[in-house]
Amino acid sequence: MLQLVFNKTTARASAPEPSGPARPAHPSALSELPEGAQGVIERLDLAEEVAHRLMALGFLPGVRVRAVRSAPGGDPRVYRVDGAEIALRCETAAQVKLRPPAANDAGA
Amino acid sequence: MKRTEECESCPLSAAAPRARVLAIVGPPNSGKSTLFNRLTGLSQKVANYPGVTVEQRIGKVRLGGDRDIALIDLPGVYSLVPCTEDERVAHDVLTGRMPGVPRPDAVIIVLDANVLSRHLMAAAPVLALGLPALVVLNMADELRSRGGQVDTAALSEHLGAPVALVSAVRGEGLEAVYDFLEGRLHAEAPKLDRALLGDFPRCRRWAQHLGERAWQPPEPSLWSRRLDGVFLHPVAGPLIFLGVVVAVFQAMFAGARPLMEGLQALIHSSGRWVSAVLPPGPLESLVSDGLWGGVGSVLVFLPQILLLFLFLGILEDSGYLARAALIADRTMARVGLQGKSFIPLISAYACAVPAVLATRTIENRRDRIATILVAPLMTCPARLPVYTLIIAAFLPERPLLGPLLGTRAAALLGLYALGLLAAIATARLLKSSILKSERTPFVLELPPYRRPTLRSLGLRLLDRGKIFLRRAGTVILGVTVLLWVLANLPIQDGRRPPIEHSYAGALGRAVEPLIRPLGFDWKIGVGLISSLAAREVIISTLGAIYGLEEEASSAGLQQAVRRDLTPAAALALLVFFAFAMQCISTIAVVRRETGGWKWPAIQFAYLGLLAYGGAFLAYRLASLLL
Repeated sequence: MLQLVFNKTTARASAPEPSGPARPAHPSALSELPEGAQGVIERLDLAEEVAHRLMALGFLPGVRVRAVRSAPGGDPRVYRVDGAEIALRCETAAQVKLRPPAANDAGA
Repeated sequence: MKRTEECESCPLSAAAPRARVLAIVGPPNSGKSTLFNRLTGLSQKVANYPGVTVEQRIGKVRLGGDRDIALIDLPGVYSLVPCTEDERVAHDVLTGRMPGVPRPDAVIIVLDANVLSRHLMAAAPVLALGLPALVVLNMADELRSRGGQVDTAALSEHLGAPVALVSAVRGEGLEAVYDFLEGRLHAEAPKLDRALLGDFPRCRRWAQHLGERAWQPPEPSLWSRRLDGVFLHPVAGPLIFLGVVVAVFQAMFAGARPLMEGLQALIHSSGRWVSAVLPPGPLESLVSDGLWGGVGSVLVFLPQILLLFLFLGILEDSGYLARAALIADRTMARVGLQGKSFIPLISAYACAVPAVLATRTIENRRDRIATILVAPLMTCPARLPVYTLIIAAFLPERPLLGPLLGTRAAALLGLYALGLLAAIATARLLKSSILKSERTPFVLELPPYRRPTLRSLGLRLLDRGKIFLRRAGTVILGVTVLLWVLANLPIQDGRRPPIEHSYAGALGRAVEPLIRPLGFDWKIGVGLISSLAAREVIISTLGAIYGLEEEASSAGLQQAVRRDLTPAAALALLVFFAFAMQCISTIAVVRRETGGWKWPAIQFAYLGLLAYGGAFLAYRLASLLL
């Protein structure tokens, strides 16, 4: 079940650069979400334990997340998910990939 | 029977065999511990689960006679998938796999009513275990004031477990909790699909669905958002943060001083009274020098420690500590640590003992251990008497930067910097070597701002004070008595021997070959051994050896030290004190907090080698140059 949600093998190999051809207007990862904007999670490209931890906090595929604010230095950033505010470092948030905007979603 | 064999010191084994055992479980920031404190009051025992850094809190709910209940406060967890130590402990206790802890007869699940559907996700795996359960929706007052609502009857029906809406802070709605504790509330094992276990997406769908039916979410807390606008502001945020750090620092040094001096005077005069009452002789010397002197020198730190925990308690309970961690994270990340390490490390400038206790806010075990390991490198005030003595004896006071900075102050600052640099280097080394493998990222939940309550602050101070006093009363007492015995035996002609003929003197001579390369003689050797109890004890030991007044500022002691140490050796001694872990209290508290001897042993060995190597290098280099 879990294996459907995150991809263990790509966790270490995948580079943080945006994958695929240029999609400039749309942020492809949580870390690129402008402050105040919302996005819907597509998948977590993180090692199993890390992904587990984030999923338990509500960072799940199909869930809508809002970038609320940043720490004074710009990193970590605070995200709002399921009514809670959670700070993640950009290195982690970069691995939380977002869905293209039109897709169907759930959550608030 | 087996239970007592496995863990004799566990508070639970001492409980009457028929006493019911209940566990409180819930996600972090659900007010779980507030409810636990409400129900158990002062009858709590804090220990560590075997082999882990997780705190075991067990209290007794007094219901009268044999109806008393043992209540276990489990660590705050979002899931029972045993990934982190906290989750493993919660999982093992709830499934009856924790050695020395019986499987709970029932469980109280505490959730924050303001983020119900999110917290229901954390409740699902606990409900699925099939234990009789009460679901407590906490912070009812906040839910009300922010316009939220919850249909407890509907929720109860869906969960198959009774639901109580309470405010643990205010003590509202606790009747239902007591009814459950006394077994008056109908609670059979809840029915829940076990397939929800570990399947987060499914679990979340279930929780959302349930939340939509039975819960009207409250308006977002404007307060928290406005305060975050200030506290996390790009300019104001770091300034306020700096102000808070300075205030904590100032309180620990300046604020605690009158209290510490008062306590010192009290210990001093009571010690004198005791030595006047006792007949002169070995017993009088043991009690007044050994007990009062040794334990007293550690006890004076109590006000500082309590003050620090008062501050930390206010910061943590109000929610600011999480913001401080967020602000500090970027800087701390550069040395391989994280934001939550910052405040404990700052506290270590006052004393490493509360600093080690303060690392409890770091959930990530590796980060926590790394923070504990570097904490003793921060310059604590116990080093100051040694620094003052050596600097005053060897460095003439001359202005360096006009009247602003003299040579002696500069040397002192240099020693502070030396400790800090060693801490940074050590943290980097640790995170790139033995503590590297951990992949848990920095994840920080920002709880809404809340007003700290006197009750929770008071309980926390009591808890930390007890831990410290127990250490002072056992380990430190033992070591000081041992040192006294070494310094006062063998008896010669019915009197205590001069220190060079005592066992301590013999020990000093025995280690002399080892410390000769650092430029130290046997007298410093005795001083180093005695300073294991607490660093500043070396001053009184040297005073005894030279038969002089024990004040670090006394000219006699300075002269004596100048006679016995070359300037290069004096520098080596300073470097040694900057690095070495000469503090039984810290060793004891690290053992307690890390759940075994492994980490304190590694830490002692590492800091010892660092001290020896650093002192050796300093001695050699200085011998060449001076």
